[in-house]
Amino acid sequence: MKQKLVIIGAGMASGRVIEHLLETCPEAYDITVFNAEPRGNYNRIMLSPVLSGDKTYEEIVTHSDDWYKENAVTCRFGEKVLRIDRQAKQVEGEKGRVAYDKLIVAGGSTPFIIPLPGHDLEGVIAYRDLEDTQRMMTMTKGNRVVVIGGGLLGLEAAAGMAARGAEVTVVHIMGHLMERQLDEAAGYLLKKSLEAKGITVRLSANSKQILGADGRVRALQLEDGTELPCDLLVMAVGIRPNTALAKDAGLAVGRGVHVDDKMVTSDGDVLAVGECVEHDGAIFGLVAPLYDQARVAAQTLLGQEAAFVQKTLSTKLKVTGCDLFSAGDFAGVEGREDIVYRDPARGVYKRLVIEGDRLVGCVMYGDTADGNWFFGLIRDRTSIEEMRDTLIFGPAYQGGAQSDPLSAVAALPPEAENCGCNGIFKGTIVQEIEGGQMRWGAWRPHQVERALPGCPRRAGPLSDLLSVAMADGIIRGQIADYPVTQEGGRSLLDGAALSNRSAA
Amino acid sequence: MMDGTDRSEIGPEIRPEIRPEIRTESKLESQPEIRSTCPYCGVGCGVFLRADGQGGISVRGDPAHPANSGRLCSKGSALAETVGLGDRLLAPRVNGREASWDDALQLVADRFRTSIAEHGPDSVAIYASGQMLTEDYYLANKLMKGFIGSANIDTNSRLCMASTVAGHRRAFGTDTVPGTYEDLGAADLVVLVGSNLAWCHPVLYQQVLAAKKARGTRIVVIDPRRTASCDAADMHLALAPGSDVALFNRLLAELSAGKMVDQTYLAHTKGFTDALDAARADDVSVTGLSEAEIAQFCDLWMQTEKVVTVFSQGVNQSTSGSDKVNAILNCHLASGRIGRPGMGPLSVTGQPNAMGGREVGGLANMLACHLDLENPDHRAAVRECWNAPTIAEAPGLKAVDMFRAAGDGRIKALWIIHTNPAVSMPEADAVRDAIAACPFTVVSDITMATDTARLADVVLPATAWGEKNGTVTNSDRTISRQRAVLPAPGATRPDWAILAEVGQRMGWPRAFDYQSPSEIFREHAALSGIAARLGRDFDISGLATLDDAGYEQMAPVRWPVNATRRGGRFFAEGQFFHADGKARFVPVRYRSPAAKTEPRYPYRLNTGRVRDQWHTMTRTGLSPRLSAHLAEPFLEVHPEDARRLTLAPSDLVQVQSPTGQAILRARITDAVQPGQVFASMHWTGETAPSARIDALVAAATDPVSGQPESKASVVSVRPYRAAWYGFAVSTARMDPSCSYWARARTGAGYRAEMAGDHRPDDWETEARRLFGLPEAAAVSFQDAGRGLARIALMQDDVLAAALFVAREPVAVMRDYVATLPGTSAPDVLSGRPSADMPDPGPILCSCFGVGVNTILRAIEAQGLVTVDAVGAALQAGTNCGSCQPEIAALLSAAQVREAAE
Repeated sequence: MKQKLVIIGAGMASGRVIEHLLETCPEAYDITVFNAEPRGNYNRIMLSPVLSGDKTYEEIVTHSDDWYKENAVTCRFGEKVLRIDRQAKQVEGEKGRVAYDKLIVAGGSTPFIIPLPGHDLEGVIAYRDLEDTQRMMTMTKGNRVVVIGGGLLGLEAAAGMAARGAEVTVVHIMGHLMERQLDEAAGYLLKKSLEAKGITVRLSANSKQILGADGRVRALQLEDGTELPCDLLVMAVGIRPNTALAKDAGLAVGRGVHVDDKMVTSDGDVLAVGECVEHDGAIFGLVAPLYDQARVAAQTLLGQEAAFVQKTLSTKLKVTGCDLFSAGDFAGVEGREDIVYRDPARGVYKRLVIEGDRLVGCVMYGDTADGNWFFGLIRDRTSIEEMRDTLIFGPAYQGGAQSDPLSAVAALPPEAENCGCNGIFKGTIVQEIEGGQMRWGAWRPHQVERALPGCPRRAGPLSDLLSVAMADGIIRGQIADYPVTQEGGRSLLDGAALSNRSAA
Repeated sequence: MMDGTDRSEIGPEIRPEIRPEIRTESKLESQPEIRSTCPYCGVGCGVFLRADGQGGISVRGDPAHPANSGRLCSKGSALAETVGLGDRLLAPRVNGREASWDDALQLVADRFRTSIAEHGPDSVAIYASGQMLTEDYYLANKLMKGFIGSANIDTNSRLCMASTVAGHRRAFGTDTVPGTYEDLGAADLVVLVGSNLAWCHPVLYQQVLAAKKARGTRIVVIDPRRTASCDAADMHLALAPGSDVALFNRLLAELSAGKMVDQTYLAHTKGFTDALDAARADDVSVTGLSEAEIAQFCDLWMQTEKVVTVFSQGVNQSTSGSDKVNAILNCHLASGRIGRPGMGPLSVTGQPNAMGGREVGGLANMLACHLDLENPDHRAAVRECWNAPTIAEAPGLKAVDMFRAAGDGRIKALWIIHTNPAVSMPEADAVRDAIAACPFTVVSDITMATDTARLADVVLPATAWGEKNGTVTNSDRTISRQRAVLPAPGATRPDWAILAEVGQRMGWPRAFDYQSPSEIFREHAALSGIAARLGRDFDISGLATLDDAGYEQMAPVRWPVNATRRGGRFFAEGQFFHADGKARFVPVRYRSPAAKTEPRYPYRLNTGRVRDQWHTMTRTGLSPRLSAHLAEPFLEVHPEDARRLTLAPSDLVQVQSPTGQAILRARITDAVQPGQVFASMHWTGETAPSARIDALVAAATDPVSGQPESKASVVSVRPYRAAWYGFAVSTARMDPSCSYWARARTGAGYRAEMAGDHRPDDWETEARRLFGLPEAAAVSFQDAGRGLARIALMQDDVLAAALFVAREPVAVMRDYVATLPGTSAPDVLSGRPSADMPDPGPILCSCFGVGVNTILRAIEAQGLVTVDAVGAALQAGTNCGSCQPEIAALLSAAQVREAAE
């Protein structure tokens, strides 16, 4: 007997939950989906390409009507949910009640509208859904638009309309754009390239009121009195989780609907995912954690052990010609160190934030090709100690031939009799051995490379030389913690014997 | 009887079929190919030069030249890279301003005349050089000794060959090199004493290696340091510095004990018993060598009749240099192994015309044409020949004393010609100060960019090699022509013309009325005939009647050249040049170096050359290829000492002696013995101001030769911990000002190593100042936590310069980064090529520009096992061969590696 699963909200998170369930255990649930918008799930983060004309709506639909049909998902699209009756384990829609065994609240978020005087005028919109997008797509040459909000969404909206020929002004309350993702320097570069696209950017600008005429928006007035005339005013200043239904149903709610690591709310039969959720004090606006939540929720529904873990996030601005990437945490905190690369002429800026031997944040502008590599290092908490000097230059400068870590020896090529580096190398190692500092566990190839820069054959021969020197030390009993039984040690000894013979 | 009858042993003659200009048939190459001689070491290799019509030349070895048979070393091969006019001085300068020749020469003549009138002839001096041509040298000597009337003319050969001259004269009666280069090929044993022949005379070393291949010639190296020459050696005696006399004394005693003394030959000599007594009384243990090693060496020497003892600066540059020479000569005289094919002592000189300078008498204690200053008959003969108003009667000031006299005011007017004593003299800082203090200093040179030229009141622009005509004499007495292939640039003039003009303006118009170098050569040759009649060895009277055309076409010829004899060897049948015709054994005893190590100065500092640089780099330093081999000054330190000093491989060291100090890069190697350190002597105020090695060298001299002890100073060594280290590359010349820096040429411009005591606040500002690029677009990389800063300055979208800074010695791929200036270099600040680009590594083979990594990759990929195979695959080592020892080392390292696997 299938259990009944009701999902409120057909967004990216809930769509992914359904996929997981169908893939893993299609027999487990009868699924009913409510959605206030009269359509199923589309890739909301791809609205900007639709706005700019790079994609069509059809291209960003993730689950078509046919898909729901094929998978026997009951769709109640265009129907608002009125309330949740936890007692009866029923959801009441405009067109009637549905019983559930398990319920997922995935109501998403509502764009925040600053309650400025005039915010309810016609022509004042947010940037949230296809309707907003379609509205913006009407803005072309001769139209003037004001976008309040210099964050990710606002800038994508601005760029999209500017690309259609509209005259766009971005009004941002902070000192630089995208302050949550960018530092000031990158924000400056971003501003320059947006301005190069014809977008006017006003920073540290406080909006005072929205002026209208005949019920329609006419202009935005700033605190300093400046009036910015516009045919459309887009507010992109953040989102608020939709919590009304959950709150009314008596679920624990803070900024969002409280969930635990299994994505379960304060009611064991009710789960929540997506932008409406508050987990461990955080709310979520980017897509990656939503997908993680969806996977966890599906596993929970199937009785599998799973836990949602908040991860470092990365951001990429989808504006053509504004190559921008940020990830992790780059707030200036005591104990953090910056690696900064600047090439103003080419409009390239990169900043890596290091804490201890880990990369914790990165901001890149102008050249983001290595963004995902950096993101991986942040996410996996990879030690970057050994690659720090070339880290910012990306994966192409790791591995392969190594940089000469020490100075002049590189300038001094191998000398006749003893390969130069060879001699130096032996000197260094023998020194350590004789000084009683040589420990079996202490040497690793990368350290060898660091110690022995000039050696032309680097890793290979250095390891070999190391082997020989270590083996000499082993033979003389100078390496205290040498694991006699270890197989590697055996071959080292063989190698040393051979090399001694060959040298003789 | 001179060994002049056996034609087969005679050196090359004047061969009319060898034309100095060979016009090729190719229409594209319309410029004639001209025969000349390489201007570097004393091997005296013949070269073919061809002007490219755009100020440049091409160079190849002259297959017909007896010294090199077509071979050239890395330095000679790179000559074309050194003829550019970038650093050339093209007009006279007086007090820092450009002046006319008329004004400059008149000022020189007036100041010398005034000084002589007011303070006497000994108040003026000329300090000349083994790089001058014989004709130039002859005039300088004539002017000073015959017309000014002082013997205050000395030369940088004093730093190089004086002990050999003294040793030869004591033993033979004249400064005669008995043998020839052919002896190297005919010997069964070649002993290299104080000579890194592989690096300093590569073409001769190749002849030794060829003999080893052809006839199994054995090679013994006697040198405190393990050098590249040891690579092919059968024995390396790493004796204590300065102990050569004790070793050769033991050999002499062993020759006697082993009945190997040639009693017949002793009839041509005097003083054997005294010398043997002295030898027997000496204590060989001072060499620090084991009895077994010594016995092995003595046995080998005694059992091998055909033995050539090659000696060079390790012998000469010593307070017992003359005695070392005589200790060697004693052994050859006692065994009669001299003047016959494949045997004899062979001094190899460091300069292209050290021998020519000795021949004309360009030393303060010689007269002319090997005539003696002390001999009244000789003086009279020379004065008569020159029709001179006077003649110097007493030896003048030798180099060290000459600059002391300049410093304390005895010398009022000093003329320095083609040498850089502010760098190369011992106690170089004091010498620099003395030159600055001298009331009137004239420098003749081809560039202002020398430590010495910068101090001069008058700088006279001379023509350079490739632009001038004359002769040079190499280490085996072969006289070769240098010929002009390029026009004299700017207002430059040949040295002979400058000297002649000053002589005329000083009041001797007829004595210095020369029109051409050939005229001077004829006079010199004629004087040598007079000298020969007075019993001297140097006789080229056979060339005294050479007309201008004959001089122009003169082929290499070994002296003597007279009516009865051409070339050949000396002394096979005795016939020495002491009055009684007998050679002299000189009883010698070991004397320790003048400076003693002590707790304050516990290390013994040896100095020498590197493979691809020559002297103070004014020419080799212009070549990117040559500058790539060793791009900064270094101190070789034994690993044991390095441990004691807590030195890591790339650290800088501060080296202090009683007379000066230096900062150098540590190079930790067991090529030097514990307690000894080695530094090369090439770097100057122009290239690495903290590395003027001769500032550390005390001016202790050999009592007989006056040659300074350049290789046995005492020093302290300690790590130099800089606040920051830097590496920089640029298209245009950069001018660092930090406490340590070393600048070198690259194909793309320049590279520099730097280190400083104070970290600038803003590296971008510092980089703009360093490179003189206030307006360039900057690309920066900063890791403040690590102390890393990297700045690239771009102009017109190409890299103009880049600076890499770190708290430790900078980690970048220098040889790669150095290629980037002038290119778009998008990732220059990474300091390395991306992983998919091969890095050729440091250049090992300068001739063909082959890098270490390239060679190693080929060894691995193609399974190469011999030096020849590497040469066949990559050309590396196939020209001059001086990198072959290094290739062999790479091969053996690779083999060790395979074995370890």
